[in-house]
Amino acid sequence: MQKFLLFIDKLSTFVGQAFSWLIVALTLLISWEVFSRYALDEPHPWAFDVMIMLYGTLFMMAGAYTLSKNGHVRGDVLYGFFQPRTQASLDLLLYIAFFMPGVIALTYAGYFYAAESWAINEHSNITADGPPVYPFKTVIPLAGGILLLQGIVEIVRCIVCLRQGYWPSRGEDVEEVDVEKLKEMVHAEDVEAAAASHTTEAGR
Amino acid sequence: MSKMRKELWFGFVIMGLLLLPVIILTPWTNLTNGSLGLLMLGLIVVAIMLGFPTAFTLMGMGVLFSWFFYHSVDPDMAGGQVLNLMVQRAYGVMSNDVLIAVPLFVFMGYLVERAALIEKLFKSLHLAMSRVPGSLAVATVVTCAIFATATGIVGAVVTLMGLLALPPMLRAGYHTQIAAGSVTAGGCLGILIPPSVLLIVYGATAGVSVVQLYAGAFFPGLMLALLYVGYIVVLAMIKPNLMPPLPESERHVALPAFAQALAARGRNATLGLARAVGGGAGVPMRTALGQLLVSLLPALAIACVLAWTYSAVTAPVVRDSTAGLIESGGSFAADIKEETGLVGAPESTGLQEPPAEATQGKPAESAGLQEPPAGDKPAAAEAVVEPAKTEMPPAAEMVAEPPVPTAEARAAPAWFWAMFGIGVALIALLYTLWTWQRFEIFKMLLGSFFPLAIMILAVLGSIVFGFATPTEAAAVGASGGFVLAAAYRYIAHQRGNPGFAAVTTTVKELGVIVMESSFLTAKTSAMVCWLFVGSAIFSAAFALLGGQEIIETWVLSLGLTPIQFMILAQCIIFILGWPLEWTEIIIIFMPIFIPLLPKFGIDPLFFGLLVAMNLQTAFLSPPVAMSAYYLKGVAPKHVTLNQIFLGMMPFMVIQVIALVLLYMFPGIGLWLPQTLYQ
Repeated sequence: MQKFLLFIDKLSTFVGQAFSWLIVALTLLISWEVFSRYALDEPHPWAFDVMIMLYGTLFMMAGAYTLSKNGHVRGDVLYGFFQPRTQASLDLLLYIAFFMPGVIALTYAGYFYAAESWAINEHSNITADGPPVYPFKTVIPLAGGILLLQGIVEIVRCIVCLRQGYWPSRGEDVEEVDVEKLKEMVHAEDVEAAAASHTTEAGR
Repeated sequence: MSKMRKELWFGFVIMGLLLLPVIILTPWTNLTNGSLGLLMLGLIVVAIMLGFPTAFTLMGMGVLFSWFFYHSVDPDMAGGQVLNLMVQRAYGVMSNDVLIAVPLFVFMGYLVERAALIEKLFKSLHLAMSRVPGSLAVATVVTCAIFATATGIVGAVVTLMGLLALPPMLRAGYHTQIAAGSVTAGGCLGILIPPSVLLIVYGATAGVSVVQLYAGAFFPGLMLALLYVGYIVVLAMIKPNLMPPLPESERHVALPAFAQALAARGRNATLGLARAVGGGAGVPMRTALGQLLVSLLPALAIACVLAWTYSAVTAPVVRDSTAGLIESGGSFAADIKEETGLVGAPESTGLQEPPAEATQGKPAESAGLQEPPAGDKPAAAEAVVEPAKTEMPPAAEMVAEPPVPTAEARAAPAWFWAMFGIGVALIALLYTLWTWQRFEIFKMLLGSFFPLAIMILAVLGSIVFGFATPTEAAAVGASGGFVLAAAYRYIAHQRGNPGFAAVTTTVKELGVIVMESSFLTAKTSAMVCWLFVGSAIFSAAFALLGGQEIIETWVLSLGLTPIQFMILAQCIIFILGWPLEWTEIIIIFMPIFIPLLPKFGIDPLFFGLLVAMNLQTAFLSPPVAMSAYYLKGVAPKHVTLNQIFLGMMPFMVIQVIALVLLYMFPGIGLWLPQTLYQ
């Protein structure tokens, strides 16, 4: 079971990380566009559409990745104080009550939304002769599908946790506040040693 | 264990108190759509408190309740309409041209954070300020303010400063609470001082121009930082035992060999270097010449500003207004230089800039930029403030004067010569005080403070003055962040092993940096933007059910004056800040407040500034005071969470004071956007 969970985790992570490179593309594109417009006097009409598409695709496709790393913001007033079993039962309930209807509806609706766009060969109307929009709209059902898959994994995780009493592990990933790495970066002195010179033994 | 229970019970009691009126007041027998809407609002608060990922709570609830609504209208069509609504709303967030700046600024922040320049920044600022009372705490706040502004990542800034600044402060005998308070409060400044993500998110929610928000938030942010610094300095002067001054050994700057050799011959660095260039001092010609050039930078900056001003005031007035815009671009660049000169030598420069612009098409613009340098170093600028103030009136008069088209060059007005005199006096003052120690500190600042400050000002300036949209500025800023990271990493490696090896290590490291930053950016943007997707669906359902209308009629029936409404709104936001994070508060609750604003004649821009200021407290208020936990995570074990909380309290009070000040004097925030855009 753990293997299956980690496989889906890896899939979401792979997709999310692959698409997260779009931020580099977006940065380069806009920087180039700014340069091209001001220095070369040669703006590109399609640039705006492409920017929006890069941004939209980036965050939509990273949704499942973020979920797999437990990165979506939670109201952490009580949650942290709960026992793992309580957390899992609450999560399980709300995954079924809120997550599933929401994401299934989004994926389903997105499928027809994109299909319609493909059918009419829709192009962006922000500029004349805009780039095609249907690939961008296809992102909605794709992102929804992966998110759904990851949601199922999270539900299984809740059930596993309910059974064994502790949360099953997650894959490693880069953290926003990784204390070890930050310590290395600032060549932090040994905090405890510094403290010892200031106060006497203060207990643990 | 029993403590945990207590907190749980506390939470459940709050939840019960919230649910009870909802359950009692809901007319269960004849459920109208409006009461469903209010039920939805009550439920969402409870559901958020349960700790499920908020984005999906919102999405699920939005779907269920919009289905209820459509079902009550036409049961057959309900399903299709719900799906339509959802996908439209989701696509709306995907193609939002304001939110696109979020990932870019976040990316810039991660890159700058990984440039690893915070250590240098803190060291050089701390040395530069060593004579100020409470210097370590002041340097902490200033470092936090600058670094947090550039990165905008509260957690990382607080953690880094906790590692970097807390141990020296404790070792120097600083009171634990002050040390902890300055780190936590300073780390949150990045949320308010633009370019901040919070303001983009507010702009996207409230439909307010991000450009105006940035222009408006600049001075309030600066004011808050100055209030922090002022509090620390005053406290250190009243109670020196809380923040003992540093011993001489800690203030000492190690001089390089050539400087030591030259310092023996005379105190003044510039004179010494000039003599060394002449030869005979036993210092290589190239070193001496290079160092001389560096030491002349402040003078060059002042000279450049003066020269530019002269050419500007004597040039024929340009009739075309767009030309004026282009010229103010030049002024911006000059401003940066000006800043460079100023901060490099605290005893120096100051306010030459404003009159510079007085004859331009948009004179007031420079006044906007002119203040920060003055504010940055109040003590330093003291000598300059008085004469500079006397210069202001002519500048203001020039503002009123419509640009009269004249063909021939004009003579420089009297105020220019006054300014010229001050500039020359400043250069003279600066170079009499220009000791080897100060020169060394200046070089350190040149390597840490200025690159970051210039980058922030360039990003911010280009947005505020309309050269670039926030999106473009953010992308260019991200490129700038990459360059910074590359440069600093390369310098660090080159010191270890010069030559080609340094290049390859740097390139390898940069790869990792970009990769990590992209992954983190993807996760953070997904977090924020999915919250937007959820909230868009939720608020659509809320509006459909008429919940918004009920709240509106209810609030209007209270007969509040605008002031009362404003205070009530801020109090609610303040209280929401205790259990919730700023993303949730802005994205979920602002859509409820914003439609009420026009009814009370309140400017959404001003409201946004107040909210941004108010949400500073959300970071410092327990139990979800994130910065306290981040600090606790890296602080020595004897620093307790309670000490950190107590240390944050005075800063929270300052935040409230700042909020009141901003409310009483809206000009602090609104003056710049009004001058620029109206």
